[in-house]
Amino acid sequence: MNTTTNTPTPRRFEAIVVGGGPAGLAAAYTLAAGGARVVVIERGDWPGSKNMMGGLIFSQPTGQVIPEFWKEAPLERHVTRREMWLTTGESVLKAAYESTDFGAEPYNSFTVYRSRFDKWLAEQARAKGAVIITETLVEDLLMEGNRVVGVRTGRPQGDLEADVVILAEGVNPFLAEKAGLSHGLKAESLAIAVKEVLALPREKVEDRFNLEEGTGAAYEIVGEITNGIPGTGFIYTNRDTVSIGVGVILKDMVDRAGEAYALLERFKAQPQVRRLIQGASPREYAAHLIPEGGYRGMPKLYGNGVLVVGDAAGMVNAAFTEGANLALLSGRMAAQTVLKARDCGSFEALTLSHYGELLERSVIMKDLKTFEKMAPFLSAHPHFFSIYPELASAAVKELLTVDSLSKADKMHLIIKLVKSQRPTRKYLKDLYDGWRAFS
Amino acid sequence: MPDETKKTRTSAGKNNADKASDRKASAAKGRRLRQRPKGKIGEVWVVIECEGEVAARVSWELLGVARSLAADLGSRPAAVILGIEDQCQELSRQSFEHGATAAYVADHPALVPFITEPHCQVLAALARKHSPEVILLGATTRGRDLASAVATEMETGLTADCTALEIDPESLLLRQTRPAFGGNIMATIITPGHRPQMATVRPGVFPLPETVAGATGEVIVSKPRLAAQQPVRQLEFITNPEEEVALQGANVVVSGGRGMRQLKNFDMLEELARELGGVVGASRGAVDAGWVSQRRQVGQTGQTVRPALYIAVGISGAIQHLAGMQHSDMILAINSDPTAPIFDIADYGIVGDLFEVVPALIAEVKKRKAAAAKGGGAAAKGGSEAAASSEKAAGAETATAGSEKTATATKNGDSETVTTS
Amino acid sequence: MAIHSVICVKQVPDTTQVRIDPDTGSLIRQGIPSVINPFDLHAVEAALKFREEQGEGGSITVISMGPPQAEETLRKVLGFGVDRAILLTDRAFAGADTLATTHALAAAIRKIAAAEPVDLVICGKQSIDGDTGQVGPGLAHRLGMSQVTYICGLVGIDPEAGVIRAWRQLEKGRELLEAKLPAALTITENCNRIRYASLPDLIAAADKPVEVWTVDDIEVDRTKLGLKGSPTRVNKIFAPPVRERGEVLVAAESSAADAAAKVMDRLTEQGLEMGLAG
Repeated sequence: MNTTTNTPTPRRFEAIVVGGGPAGLAAAYTLAAGGARVVVIERGDWPGSKNMMGGLIFSQPTGQVIPEFWKEAPLERHVTRREMWLTTGESVLKAAYESTDFGAEPYNSFTVYRSRFDKWLAEQARAKGAVIITETLVEDLLMEGNRVVGVRTGRPQGDLEADVVILAEGVNPFLAEKAGLSHGLKAESLAIAVKEVLALPREKVEDRFNLEEGTGAAYEIVGEITNGIPGTGFIYTNRDTVSIGVGVILKDMVDRAGEAYALLERFKAQPQVRRLIQGASPREYAAHLIPEGGYRGMPKLYGNGVLVVGDAAGMVNAAFTEGANLALLSGRMAAQTVLKARDCGSFEALTLSHYGELLERSVIMKDLKTFEKMAPFLSAHPHFFSIYPELASAAVKELLTVDSLSKADKMHLIIKLVKSQRPTRKYLKDLYDGWRAFS
Repeated sequence: MPDETKKTRTSAGKNNADKASDRKASAAKGRRLRQRPKGKIGEVWVVIECEGEVAARVSWELLGVARSLAADLGSRPAAVILGIEDQCQELSRQSFEHGATAAYVADHPALVPFITEPHCQVLAALARKHSPEVILLGATTRGRDLASAVATEMETGLTADCTALEIDPESLLLRQTRPAFGGNIMATIITPGHRPQMATVRPGVFPLPETVAGATGEVIVSKPRLAAQQPVRQLEFITNPEEEVALQGANVVVSGGRGMRQLKNFDMLEELARELGGVVGASRGAVDAGWVSQRRQVGQTGQTVRPALYIAVGISGAIQHLAGMQHSDMILAINSDPTAPIFDIADYGIVGDLFEVVPALIAEVKKRKAAAAKGGGAAAKGGSEAAASSEKAAGAETATAGSEKTATATKNGDSETVTTS
Repeated sequence: MAIHSVICVKQVPDTTQVRIDPDTGSLIRQGIPSVINPFDLHAVEAALKFREEQGEGGSITVISMGPPQAEETLRKVLGFGVDRAILLTDRAFAGADTLATTHALAAAIRKIAAAEPVDLVICGKQSIDGDTGQVGPGLAHRLGMSQVTYICGLVGIDPEAGVIRAWRQLEKGRELLEAKLPAALTITENCNRIRYASLPDLIAAADKPVEVWTVDDIEVDRTKLGLKGSPTRVNKIFAPPVRERGEVLVAAESSAADAAAKVMDRLTEQGLEMGLAG
C-alpha cells in the first residue's frame, strides 16, 4: 500500500450522467450492464437525498430496467387497489379498481420512499460497474463547437470528458438550456406539488384503508379540494406512514394568489380524508416543482454528444402522477441509444436521433401526446374541477338516497340539476374541447 | 433500577445464547456487591487539576459532589493531588477547606507540567493500592484525557460529561447521568462489575461547596518512581491572550445570538452586563458568525454556566445552547419570535425587537440603581431573598479569590463564616 | 520520511434529528440519515496534510468499526485520496462502550502495523452521538503510543528527531507539545479546514475496495469485546428535563420600557440585587 495517489490519472468514461434520480440511474444501470464505462454525478449527499418523499413505482417500466426488482428493492407496499375520487367538499364519488392480479408477481405498482429506492437503484448501478460521484455540482458543459464533450464540476480538477453526456438534471434543465436544447422553465407548464408524509401505525394504515397485510392503496382525487384551481390530490399508503399531497398548475395558483400549503391543509381537512389520517403525526414536508407541459413542453431531446432524459425532458404525464416511470423508461432508452452509438463509433445528433425514434414508438410519447393539450385545456376549463365533480356527486347522491321518489323521477331531478348549473350549449362546448384535448 | 439492569443483561444474553454462564456470573457479582458490608466501601476520589498552586474551579465543585456521594456510601471524600512538593501541600490544605477529609499526594518533577502518561501511571498505581469506589475528574482537556487513559489502564468503566451523580440506595452503584446525541437525550449509566467507577463532570454543572476555613484531614503521601525522560513533553505554554472570560462563576451572564445581527450590537450587551455586574456570553450562532470569540460560547460545545440570572438575547434556543445554561437560577429571554424555543424554558420572556428592549432594560436598571443609591431604603424591599442572592455571589467571589491568592483566601474565609454557620 | 497514518472514523446518526419516543421512552432512529462523524473529517485532513508534507512513500489507512452500512462512510473517506479502507464489522463488536471499542480498534491497528509499521493514529476529538472523546486517548494508552489530544494546531513532523509537534487547546491557554513517534492524536475542528476532494480522487476511489474484517481477522480476547466486554451499562434513557415555561410579555402590546420595568420588578421579587451588583 505504498502508492501515493495524490494525482490519480482519471479514467476515461464513455458516458457521463448528470443527476442521480430514477432517469439518470436507469441510464447508468443500462449502460453499465451493457459494458459501457459510465459515471453518474449527483449534487446531493447521496442519490435520493433530495427526495425524502413517498412515491408510486410501476412494475412494468421498472421491471424493464431491472427485472424482478421487487425481490430486492426497498418497497413499502404493493398496490392492490387504486381509487379515483371526485369530491365536492362534503361528498365524494369514488371509483375503485381492485384486482387480485395486482397482489401477485409481477404486481402492478408499489409505494416507495424515493430516498431509499433511489439509493438502492444507485447501488444496483454501482454493482454493474457504474461510478457514482455525489456531493458534486455540474456547473457547465464542456463544448467543442456545437458538440458537448464533457462537463465542468465544482470540484478541484473538476473537468471530465466523455463521448456522450446524458442530462438527467431534473425539473430545472439548466444544462439542457446551455446546450441549446431547452428554453427554460415556463410557469404555465409547471405544476407545484406539496406533499407530506404522516406517521401512522401499521395496523391503523391497514385498518383505515381496508388493506391486507403488506398490500397498499393509491388514491387520486380531483375536485373541490383544490379550491377550483385545476389539479389533483393523492394519498398513498406506505408501511407505517401515509403520503399525501396536492398538485396544481403553478400559474393558476400564482394568479389566484393561493398558497400551496393552504391547499394541502384544505385537502387534509376534508371529512373523507381527515378520517384516513386522523391522529397521524407529520414526519416530512416538501414542496417541489413538476414540469407538466406534456408533449408540448418538451425540449429537443438530443444534440451532438448529448441526450436529455426524465423530468429535464419534461416527461411527466400530467393526468397521472407517473413521473418516475417515464423517467426510468426514458433513461433506459437513452442508454440503449448510447450503446448503439458506441457500436458505430459516432455520438453525433444524427446517431443519437435513435433515442427520439425509441421514444416516439414508446408508450411515453403516445401518452404524452394524448395529454398534450391537457394543461392548457384544464386551465381554460376550471369548472372541470369544480362544477363537474359537484354535479356527478349530486347525481349519484340523488340515485342512492332512498325516499319516496321513483328512479325515473330521480333522473328528472338530476337533469334539472345539471341544467341549472350550466347552459346546455356550454356542456356541449366542454365535451367538444375535451374530446379534442384527450383524443 | 436493579430490575432495569437485569433487563439489559437478559436482552444481551439473547444475542449470546452460548454465554449463559457468563451472564450468571455477572449477576452473581452484582449480588455480591449489593451485599458488601458498608464498612468496606472504597472512597470517593477527586483528581485535583492545577496549574501551579491554582486549582481548576471544577475540582472544587467536584469535592462538593464527592462529599455528598461519600456520605451516601458511608465512605469518605478524598482529593488526589499529583505535582511537586510545595504545590501539593498548599492544594491539600485547600482541598480540606473544600470538603475533602483525606488527600493522596504524590510528588515528582515529571508530574509538572502536566503530561498525561506519567499522571496516568501514578493515578492508576494509587487506585490499585487503595481501591477507591469512585474517581471523579473535571471534563477539561486534561481531565478527559487522563480519565480515558486511567480507565483503559484499569479496564474499568468511564462516563463522560456527567450532569448528575447519585448513589443508588439499594445497589450502592454510582448512577451517572449525561446528555448524549447532542443533548437530545439523557442517559443514566452505571458500572456494575468494575472498580473504580469513573466519571468526568463538566465545569459549572455543580455549585461550589461552602468552604470551612482551617479544616484539616489525613494526608497520604507517596513517592512515585517515574522516568525522567517522557515520550511527550511540553515545549511552551501560552495563557489565553484575551482577558480571561469569567463565564463560569459569573453571577449574571448576558448572551447574544444570531439575532444580534452584527458585531457592534454586542456593545449594548456589554453595557447591560456591566450594569448588572455580569459578563457577556454568546450562542454558537454568534460565534460561528465571527462576532464573538469561541471562549465566550455557552452550550454543548462551549461552556456550561449556572449564574443567578441568564439573559438570552436574540437566541432562538437550540437544544445545544440550552445544554449549557438550563441550570441557571433564573432565565430571561428576549426574542422577536414568540415561537422561539428559548421561551419554553425561560422564567421570564419579552417578545419584541431586541434593539428596543435591551436599551429599555439598560435604562431601567440604571434608573433603579440610581434610586437605590439615593434612597437606600428602596432596595430593602427585596428583603431576605436579596440577602440570599448576594450570599451566593459572595461565595463565588471568595472561591475565585481563594484559588488565586493564598493569603486572601484565609481572610475571605473568615468573612465567609457568615454563610457557613 | 514516509509516514503511515491510520485514521479512525465513525458513522453516526445525524444527531440533530435524534429524539426520544415520548410513549415508549426509546430512541427513534428510523429514518435518521447516517453521516460521517464531522470531527473525523478533520482527522482525515490532518493525515492528508502529513502525506503531502512528508513527500513520496507515505500512506493512509482508514478504519471504522460499525455495522455493514458503515462502508459508505469509508467510501467517502477513500474519496479524499486515502489509500486503504478497512471495515471492522461483527456482531461480536455490537453494544461496545468506549473501553470495549478500544480493544477492537487496537487489535485491528496492531494487525495493520504488523504488515506496515504505523507512525500515527489519528482520531477526531469526539463523536457527535456519544460525545465522550474517550476512544482516542484510550486507544493511545492501549497501543502504548505517545498521547496528544485536542490538537488545535499541527506544527508538523520532524523526521530527524522522530517527533511530532502540536498545539493543544486547554481551558486557560494553549500548550505546545512534542511527542515521540509513534503517536496517537485527536484533532479538533480548529486544527484545519477540510478540503474539497478533487474529482480525480473521487473517481479513483470507486476502484478501491473496502476490506471487511470480522472478529476472526484480528487477534483479540473476545471477552473484552462488545456489550459483554463493556464495563458500563445504560441503565435508562430519557428526554432531557424541561424547565417550565415562564411568563412571557409581548413588548409590542405595551412598550419596550413597560416590559423592561415589569421584568425588572419580577426579577427583583425573585431576589435579584442589581442595586449592589454594579
